[in-house]
Amino acid sequence: METPRLFDTNVQYLKYKVLKEIIRRAYEGGLEDAYTEIPKIISPGPKSELRCCIYKERAVVQERIKMAMGGNKNNPNVIEVIDIACDECPVEGMYVTPACRGCIVHNCKEVCPKGAISIINKKAVIDKDKCIECGKCTQACPYSAIIAQHRPCVQSCKVKALSVDENKKAKIDNDKCISCGACVYKCPFGAIQDKSLVLDIISLLQNSDNNKKYKVYAIIAPAIVSQCKFGRIAQVVTAIKKLGFYQVVEAALGADITLYHEAKEWSEKKLMTTSCCPAFVRYIEKNFPDLAKYISSSPSPMIETALLIRHSDPNARIVFIGPCSAKKFEYRLAKTNNVIDSVMSFEELQAFVDARGIDTTQMEDSMLDNASYYGRIFAKSGGIAKGVADVAASMGVEGVIPIAMNGIDECKMALTRLKFGKAAENFFEGMACEGGCVNGALCITHSPKNVFDVDKYGNEAKEKTIDNSVKLYELNQKL
Amino acid sequence: MRYNLKHKIMVIKVCVGSSCHLKGSYDVIEQMKYILKKYDVEDLVDLQAAFCLGFCSQGVTVKVEDTPNVEKMPDGELFLHNVNKDNAEEIFAKEVYPLLNL
Repeated sequence: METPRLFDTNVQYLKYKVLKEIIRRAYEGGLEDAYTEIPKIISPGPKSELRCCIYKERAVVQERIKMAMGGNKNNPNVIEVIDIACDECPVEGMYVTPACRGCIVHNCKEVCPKGAISIINKKAVIDKDKCIECGKCTQACPYSAIIAQHRPCVQSCKVKALSVDENKKAKIDNDKCISCGACVYKCPFGAIQDKSLVLDIISLLQNSDNNKKYKVYAIIAPAIVSQCKFGRIAQVVTAIKKLGFYQVVEAALGADITLYHEAKEWSEKKLMTTSCCPAFVRYIEKNFPDLAKYISSSPSPMIETALLIRHSDPNARIVFIGPCSAKKFEYRLAKTNNVIDSVMSFEELQAFVDARGIDTTQMEDSMLDNASYYGRIFAKSGGIAKGVADVAASMGVEGVIPIAMNGIDECKMALTRLKFGKAAENFFEGMACEGGCVNGALCITHSPKNVFDVDKYGNEAKEKTIDNSVKLYELNQKL
Repeated sequence: MRYNLKHKIMVIKVCVGSSCHLKGSYDVIEQMKYILKKYDVEDLVDLQAAFCLGFCSQGVTVKVEDTPNVEKMPDGELFLHNVNKDNAEEIFAKEVYPLLNL
């Protein structure tokens, strides 16, 4: 199987193929045969390319179909393990391979801080009881003979929600999981997936009777600019409208308003964290409950944008399109007041556009300009910290010392300092994904260059300050 | 998110979609605020923003709704096109003010 240049991994491509087939059938008919027919299309056989046999390969595709159609309704988590797709990766930890030559310098033994390695019969042997899996031996061996055997999913999960059950399958502890989606991207077998709401979105569009009964708006996350490798952002906006959306609005507009609120809120509280990353918010709630009082009460940009749209069109239906699995639970939280009707990922958007036979590169440009520079750079780590500092300064509020916590590991460090009163900063920007939303779990590409696209997009905004966005907000607040 | 608009008798919506935004929606909104004040109809007219009214090539578009003068506006809505901060007052005086039946 060859991955088209569009995606980073084959797993994303597989998921995409399933989604595309489901969406095509939702429009052209044949959804009732999805479970029996789609596996044969995706894994035509007769030999299996990906699994032990063609039957298993097709059975896994069936599970992906289930996820594409909404997944297990009884599981509240938006992330689920596909049991049969889990390859039961080894979990032995540090493992001495046959490449060990039993050399006489035995750097491994010397470097081990716990004395866990001994040389027995001219081979390194690791005492599992002493080993702390620091990995120093793997780097010290001149033959690279010691490897770390960890499960990529367990490694990727920074909140330790992933474990291995008695059948050696990956298991998610919903009480710990923050739905950041890291494992979804990292599992090399594609055994952990996010549930798709794409069929709900299609019904929403179809029932609108071409936006006559009600209008369906798309709110797009600013990270989208880094994802348009095939065509310009202006063409992608046209493509989204071709799918049946009445209008495309930038989430960055709401981000401007979030910034305004956060700067004002900071001037009262003098110590707070951001609230726009739902995985980060959940991380604090679950792991630092004492610090939950510092979470900003400002709604996220997605919610602020939706409120603006609803004010001008009370009968609107709103779909958020972003790189984020956590947004798939955020929109259901009580505090959002149901202002968002559904959430679609960039991966799903790509499948949707392709399933409808829309060639983005052939689209004419649609204008997209609602937000300011600051709203647009929310997509990268450090964007909000910069925004709040600048906005507060322009309001005459002084003393903001921001820190951008990039990824859960950095959040953990900085929040621990805060908890014990050792933090020098007083404004904590937290993002669960390393690099920010541009590197979100459900991004199509995760290139380090993505951040340049976001900066460029920010600089292209007509508004260089948030003033006009705030005027719009104030216009809607008056009675 | 409905607001109590009982005392208002007309709604003016200024398009802030991308296309109109680039053509100066915010200038029009500011100008409208000024005009409503000047004509002393602030209490009667609810000034709002709207996301794309569907006339991107004729922006900035302004939509008038809920007027008391039904005869002059049988569809219940009136679209004004190519509004900018310079012609806003002229258009308001000619097209909108009479609809208020003052």
